[in-house]
Amino acid sequence: MKTQAIYDQNPEATDLLSRTWRSPPGFFGWFTHVNQSRIGYRFIVTSVIFFALAGVLALVMRLQLISPENTLLGADFYNQLFTMHGTTMMFFFAVPAMEGLGIYLVPLMIGTRDMSFPRLNAFGYYVYLIAGISLYVALFMGMAPAAGWFSYVPLANIAFSPGKGMDLWTTMITFIEISALAAAVELIVTILKQRAPGMTLNRMPLFVWSILVMSFMILFAMPTVMAGSVLLALDRAFDMQFFVAAGGGDALLWQHLFWFFGHPEVYIIMVPALGIVSTVITTFTQKPVFGYTALVLSLVATGFVSFGLWVHHMFTTGLPHLGLSFFTAASAMIAIPSGIQIFCWIASLWGARIRFATPMLFVLGFFAIFVIGGLTGVMVASIPFDSQVHDSYFVVAHFHYVLIGGAVFPFFAGLYYWYPKMTGRLMSERLGRWSFALIFAGTNLTFFPMHQLGLQGMPRRVYTYLSDMGWGELNFAITIAAFILAIGFLLTLINAVVSRTRGVAAGNNPWQAETLEWATTSPPQNYNFRHLPIVHSRTPLWDEPDSSHRQVVAGLRADRRELLITTLLEAKPQSVLIMPHPSVWPFLLALAVGFGFLGFMFQPLLFVAGFALSFFMIVGWLWPRKPWLDTGET
Amino acid sequence: MRQKNRNSASFISTARRAWPDGCALTACCLWSGVTEAQRSASQSALQPASTQAQGIELLWWIMLWSGVVIFLAVMALLIWALWSGRQRESPLSLTASKNLVLTAGVAIPALTLVILVGGSLFLGRSVASAPPPDAMQVRITGWMWWWEIEYLDSAGNITATTANEMHVPVGRPVAVELASGDVIHSFWVPQLQGKTDMVPGKVNSSWFVATEAGEYRGQCAEFCGLQHALMAFVVVARPEAEFDAWLAHQAEPAAAPVTAATQQGRDVFEQSCGHCHRVRGTDATGNIGPDLTHIASRRTLAAATLVNNRGHLAGWIGDPQRIKPGNAMPRSLLTPQELHNLLTYLETLE
Repeated sequence: MKTQAIYDQNPEATDLLSRTWRSPPGFFGWFTHVNQSRIGYRFIVTSVIFFALAGVLALVMRLQLISPENTLLGADFYNQLFTMHGTTMMFFFAVPAMEGLGIYLVPLMIGTRDMSFPRLNAFGYYVYLIAGISLYVALFMGMAPAAGWFSYVPLANIAFSPGKGMDLWTTMITFIEISALAAAVELIVTILKQRAPGMTLNRMPLFVWSILVMSFMILFAMPTVMAGSVLLALDRAFDMQFFVAAGGGDALLWQHLFWFFGHPEVYIIMVPALGIVSTVITTFTQKPVFGYTALVLSLVATGFVSFGLWVHHMFTTGLPHLGLSFFTAASAMIAIPSGIQIFCWIASLWGARIRFATPMLFVLGFFAIFVIGGLTGVMVASIPFDSQVHDSYFVVAHFHYVLIGGAVFPFFAGLYYWYPKMTGRLMSERLGRWSFALIFAGTNLTFFPMHQLGLQGMPRRVYTYLSDMGWGELNFAITIAAFILAIGFLLTLINAVVSRTRGVAAGNNPWQAETLEWATTSPPQNYNFRHLPIVHSRTPLWDEPDSSHRQVVAGLRADRRELLITTLLEAKPQSVLIMPHPSVWPFLLALAVGFGFLGFMFQPLLFVAGFALSFFMIVGWLWPRKPWLDTGET
Repeated sequence: MRQKNRNSASFISTARRAWPDGCALTACCLWSGVTEAQRSASQSALQPASTQAQGIELLWWIMLWSGVVIFLAVMALLIWALWSGRQRESPLSLTASKNLVLTAGVAIPALTLVILVGGSLFLGRSVASAPPPDAMQVRITGWMWWWEIEYLDSAGNITATTANEMHVPVGRPVAVELASGDVIHSFWVPQLQGKTDMVPGKVNSSWFVATEAGEYRGQCAEFCGLQHALMAFVVVARPEAEFDAWLAHQAEPAAAPVTAATQQGRDVFEQSCGHCHRVRGTDATGNIGPDLTHIASRRTLAAATLVNNRGHLAGWIGDPQRIKPGNAMPRSLLTPQELHNLLTYLETLE
């Protein structure tokens, strides 16, 4: 163990390290990148683009609902829009955005050079991209799925949705889940085995904890929806009758499979967001957050309990009341870990000299909106009350409060917070404040009146409503407010694009934060850290503000991609892992798998062809290397 | 000036009824309060007209006000915390922080939730209980996108069949048997009872006791495809004697046509409409679309989408795909004279 200063004086070694970890330049080079910071960045940018697309769809829907009996959109197109809005927001924005943050930040926060399986990482990204592009191509061709993001059977079955849209939905859901599972496996291994020496589990940053919990949740939740969508694809293609009552199947089986994934899904999105909140509060109060252990245990408890809630989406399906009661109790119970976290944060804020920069504003906005969403969440956990508001606009209001408050606000806080690390430049504070104000006002003005619409009997997923119903004025106001909200989001997007070139240079640690990602350059080099850091506490950068006095690991080779493996609990150095080089095979494999899955929609035999193609790509991927040639010169 | 009738009450005016001091929730609520239902057939869960819906409404107000108190308390604590930093007060001690989290984050929520879950389960047991044995039996089947309503006698035999309009006696329990003919629908009349899904391959049940005479609108609450938005129905609650007369009339076959025009209209119906629709007492015996034996007695057409009058009926028969695209009824190719006779005949089916 040496201090960093000694080693920084060797520019030749730095240069060699840089060449070893280089991502190939150029258009064709782009398809071979495997460095975690590149892939993570792509995940984040792509997911934000999908967020914008889904937001536009929502605005078009709001225009249709602006007045009763409006004829702007036809029923079929409206149904496609809300199906795509939900599918995009849940599968193509929220989960990949959180995974992207995890992929980008976790290796930096735990002080390592890359993720455990860099090529799998790249493969996950291409699979995600292909799935998203296919669905949007279908939408522009007017053949998108139209059975809702939840695709309830029998409506989603071939008898009632004969078009290719539903086939596309079932395949692309399977696809995106492959991507999520790949990311989850990697994040788990990376977090458990690659932490910097000295970063014991109880010194791990809270954000890393939240990503770890999220990854385990993905591992347990996603397979059920994959199983469900494969069964649905078999029902549709080969008339298998898994979900057809007349053939001995059961329509409710789909709902169980879907919601066993679908409810944890909400927490998969929210848990990392809660990690962001803890991170931002720590930095902007400049003191460790209160109740580290309580916060970690709350995250873990949320993860566990979230798997016991799924039937509260099925309170009206006629299941026995006694059985349902357990799910009421579990749904109420999950409020307790949330309560613990909220009050740990309030205790941390107490008496602190808070810096009210944009990330902190989004966190404060999160408090107000998330608490309202949580309270209505407890209300809909009540079976009789849910029987009135289920599938009404009340529920639309509730989950937008939870998801915008519980995930989008923290995500935006994270975006403003880590943007300087990712780009080397700060985002504009002025635009950030305007954006926050508009988003906060827009969210409340758009979604609060929906509670009332729901209580007045307006069901969800209706492309129109009669003028006699008296829902017109509120819907008009909501549509106007939705545009305020959209302008708020747009300001942040503009801010992000403009600050890329015009932002103020950030330096390594613009917020004086305490975690390791701020120890390296902004943006980080491909190798992340010139020397892997050594950690002695939860706040390594506050312990030793002078970077030239920090302890680092010595002895890793600069001429090949090496990183340090440490023990699971104590993070003691264990071995050195040699990492793979940039490769085009993950991209080719994703294409082959995409060909197989998309081909299956038109001709089942093409699935076999895709399988054979994939085989060749995997052979190429795993082709043995000559380790003695593994140097930076390849 | 806006006419405010018996049933028109919004979020805020109902709140005022429940809280005579007229305290408003939030500025947002006040602003939301401008909306008022214009027609008598409301669909608001906040204007309950049955014991079941009243219980749920009470639960809502209890939860709403506890929620408001909790929200304000959390926000007050948060603002206090932020303020204390401004005032250069020292941070909370470890013990104080622990106490805050254990009291406000664990003990109070746990207690509140236990009470809430207990109360909700207690109410849920009565709302979801089996209907009393003397309840009137009605079987309702959801179709894309209309409701088939069959009245059953105590032996379970069908006594009368109608569509999209259900009459019930005030003060007597009504048990509904809910089934689906195609995809999942959900039976929801907010003023009378929370929703219950109609799942293919399953028969669900629900029941309610209407406490006031009136017309209550219901609407499908589970997304069921193209015209989910226009799948509604009307429930008419009336005194028992009136209801009995109505049911007896609905059970009868259609009146025989008396004039030449209505006779010709019936012939048109039997030839052009009878493959899908039934009018009991004629040769029209189709069972794909709604039973039209007493269509002229109904308030609405096309699953509570149009007011039932000659003009709307003509428009619907002429081009149903324009009004509800994707529904199963094809546009008709009748001559003007045939259409005229058909309408005249249908108008006699009281």
